[in-house]
Amino acid sequence: MPAALDSSAPTIAHLRTIATPATDFRIMPFGVDAIDGRLGAGGLRAGALHEATAQSATMVDDAATTLFLASIAAREAAATGGPVLWASCRADLYAPALEQIGLPSAAVIHAQPRDDAALLAVIEDTVRDGTPSAIVAEASKVSMVATRRLQLVAAEADMPVLLLRRRRGLNEDPLAEPSAAWTRWRIGTTPSERLEVAGVGRARWTVECARQRGGEGFSLIVEGSDETGRLAVPAGLGHRAAETVGTVRFAAA
Amino acid sequence: MERSASRQPERLVLELPVDDDPGACSVPRGGGWRPGARWAREGLPSRVDVETQIAALPTHAQPPMRELGRRSEAASHPYKTVIAGHPEPKASPLDIKTHGFPPLALIGKAGRREEVVAACEGARALGIHPGMAATHARALVSDLDFRPAEPEADAALLDRLALFAVRRWSPIAAVTPADGLWIDLAGCAHLHGGEERFCRRLIAFCRRAGFTARVAVADTAGAAHALARFGRSELTRVEPGATASAISPLPIVALRLAPSAISAAKRFGFETIADLLPVARGPLARRLGLPAITRLDQALGAVAEPITPREDAEVPIVERRLLEPIGTAEAIEQVMGDLLNDLAQVLEARGLGARALRLTAVRVDGTEQVVGVGTSRPTREVSHLLRLLKLRIERIDPGMGLEQFWLVAPHTEPLDAVDLGAVLAGETLVRDPARLVDVIAGRIGGYAVYRLAPVESHVPERAVTRSDPVEMPGSWPAWKRPIRLFARPEPLARVMALMPDQPPRRFEWRGKTYKIVAGDGPERVHGEWWRRDAEVWAVRDYYRVEDDAGGRYWVFRRGDGFEEDTGDLSWWMHGVFG
Repeated sequence: MPAALDSSAPTIAHLRTIATPATDFRIMPFGVDAIDGRLGAGGLRAGALHEATAQSATMVDDAATTLFLASIAAREAAATGGPVLWASCRADLYAPALEQIGLPSAAVIHAQPRDDAALLAVIEDTVRDGTPSAIVAEASKVSMVATRRLQLVAAEADMPVLLLRRRRGLNEDPLAEPSAAWTRWRIGTTPSERLEVAGVGRARWTVECARQRGGEGFSLIVEGSDETGRLAVPAGLGHRAAETVGTVRFAAA
Repeated sequence: MERSASRQPERLVLELPVDDDPGACSVPRGGGWRPGARWAREGLPSRVDVETQIAALPTHAQPPMRELGRRSEAASHPYKTVIAGHPEPKASPLDIKTHGFPPLALIGKAGRREEVVAACEGARALGIHPGMAATHARALVSDLDFRPAEPEADAALLDRLALFAVRRWSPIAAVTPADGLWIDLAGCAHLHGGEERFCRRLIAFCRRAGFTARVAVADTAGAAHALARFGRSELTRVEPGATASAISPLPIVALRLAPSAISAAKRFGFETIADLLPVARGPLARRLGLPAITRLDQALGAVAEPITPREDAEVPIVERRLLEPIGTAEAIEQVMGDLLNDLAQVLEARGLGARALRLTAVRVDGTEQVVGVGTSRPTREVSHLLRLLKLRIERIDPGMGLEQFWLVAPHTEPLDAVDLGAVLAGETLVRDPARLVDVIAGRIGGYAVYRLAPVESHVPERAVTRSDPVEMPGSWPAWKRPIRLFARPEPLARVMALMPDQPPRRFEWRGKTYKIVAGDGPERVHGEWWRRDAEVWAVRDYYRVEDDAGGRYWVFRRGDGFEEDTGDLSWWMHGVFG
């Protein structure tokens, strides 16, 4: 009986494969088990729209979010060998820093449209063109319809569209708006490891996956990207399970 | 018969001393002195008198030395080059600017005889002038550079120049027969910095190319033609409306009249255009002929004289005329596709790729709608070009309908087969971003698509510049740099820092206090003394600091803390790290 039960009792993994559709799409793994293991497909889906926003309306959190998306684009660019299109209405991005996380200037084409509407049109044109390996876009006002369009064209072209949602106000959360994005992230800075000598350690971020299709949200602390765009789990926590910071605060996004 | 070099001045009858100049010796040679010799007679004009008399004459009327009876002067060598005739007193051969070239004359055939058709300034100073027989010229100056004239080559060169003008200066430019070029500057002078500046650049361009140019700008083509050839200076610019007064002092030859009309005008005593202006037109037409009146009116602007521009036949152009006018976007797209197919064939036959396309649509009311697209690499791929053109459909106003289309590729570049490399061996091609750049540039404008390229400067805000998106830029040194850099640094208040080389402990920025727990630095950046005087001693000490909440910032202090010249020790925020 127990044996029969055993044979018929569905394992959790088995149930999961039934519940989630077969992953017939390409994925972009982070290369960090702590993150990949919690993402439904073992990594970010390549042909999809991914949104990230700063945890708070400060410039440092915004910078961390930028670097997080840039590191994803850098790994994808290195894997597929195409350029990255960086579309933003602002021009305060500093290219030497992009080069230090694996996006040299030869791999980035910048586009500076006048407003968000033109920016969305540029993204869509670019995805349909299919030349770049990834698109990073900074926008503040993106409607649900626009995200759905982007998700559809991204899935069709199998090209990641990484959308940095800027905050429009102090207390306004871009992730509170509905969106068709495959995953939604919230990134913030956190104190780095204190070194024994004077100096600043490797950057650390709180990475919070507020929503993903085919998986649950999670939150953890990672170390900022290195020269090839790879994140890492802090060394001091390496032998433990990756620590979550608090609860998932914004589960329904 | 030949015409002589210049009209010989009429000899003045002078009573000259007959005999030899006795020189220092008062007694003639041979000892044949006798009292009452003619040279010793009283009453004859003395030598000094004659010389003052001669000096009083105008230069051209002074008799040659020989007629003064000085037979004792040295005879010229018969085989050496002599300056024959009377060189113009103002133009000695040494004064003439020969532009570094030896004197040159071109010899061509006029009927059955060979004559000089053109001579440079240096050659003119030697007495060679157009119209002189070639043999005469050779006899006058034996070692002049004589070359056969090549009118066909001249015309071809002028035609090339006209083509250059069409492409570079003005869409309307044409050759005026033999030696001139008409350029319609209306509406494009401002592109070259105004008429005056354009003319000076034109003259400088011709000088670099080895030509001497004369430029005139006037209201009418005829007036400009006359002023460029018969005006006083090499650059004449006539203010609008002042055409008549500008051309009136010119000789009537300037009016491009037929030879018979010119001789008739000379018979009637008309020398300058000013003589013609007050004469009643009817009698004038009877005497000089109607074409002469037309030329006069063309110069004055009373009769239009349109310039037929030199057509750039090398520009690929295709055309479609429609049976019925169209107005819908789908129909226009269809025509665009057909035109592009035609153009692709033309381009392929010539081995060219288009860098720019101009589509002209003619509406039924006769007006034109023009849209243009550009590409970052030469291409003749129909689907790509069609996609770019489709972005422009919304800018075409069909009105009551469009019935004719032209597609021109004004800018083309050679496009040949591309080496694929070891593709069959599995090597992947580097993706060419040119198509992507074209698409985005078509959407938001070419200036808004760029790459960020390094500039060799340690000053952070100067280390980055925008560059062409198709080119591959280099890389930066691997110093730690913030991901967001402020266009202008923001001041920090209430900074606590240990001098001279410690990062700040706390500061206020944008009204908030930051407590710093860790810092790296300083990274010293010196001012670029070769740019501005103010930067000669300037120093910035950059620190990467982290506050207690985990924010990482890039701050700097002006000055090194020792020398006052290096800065005022104020603190600034310049960027944020992630």
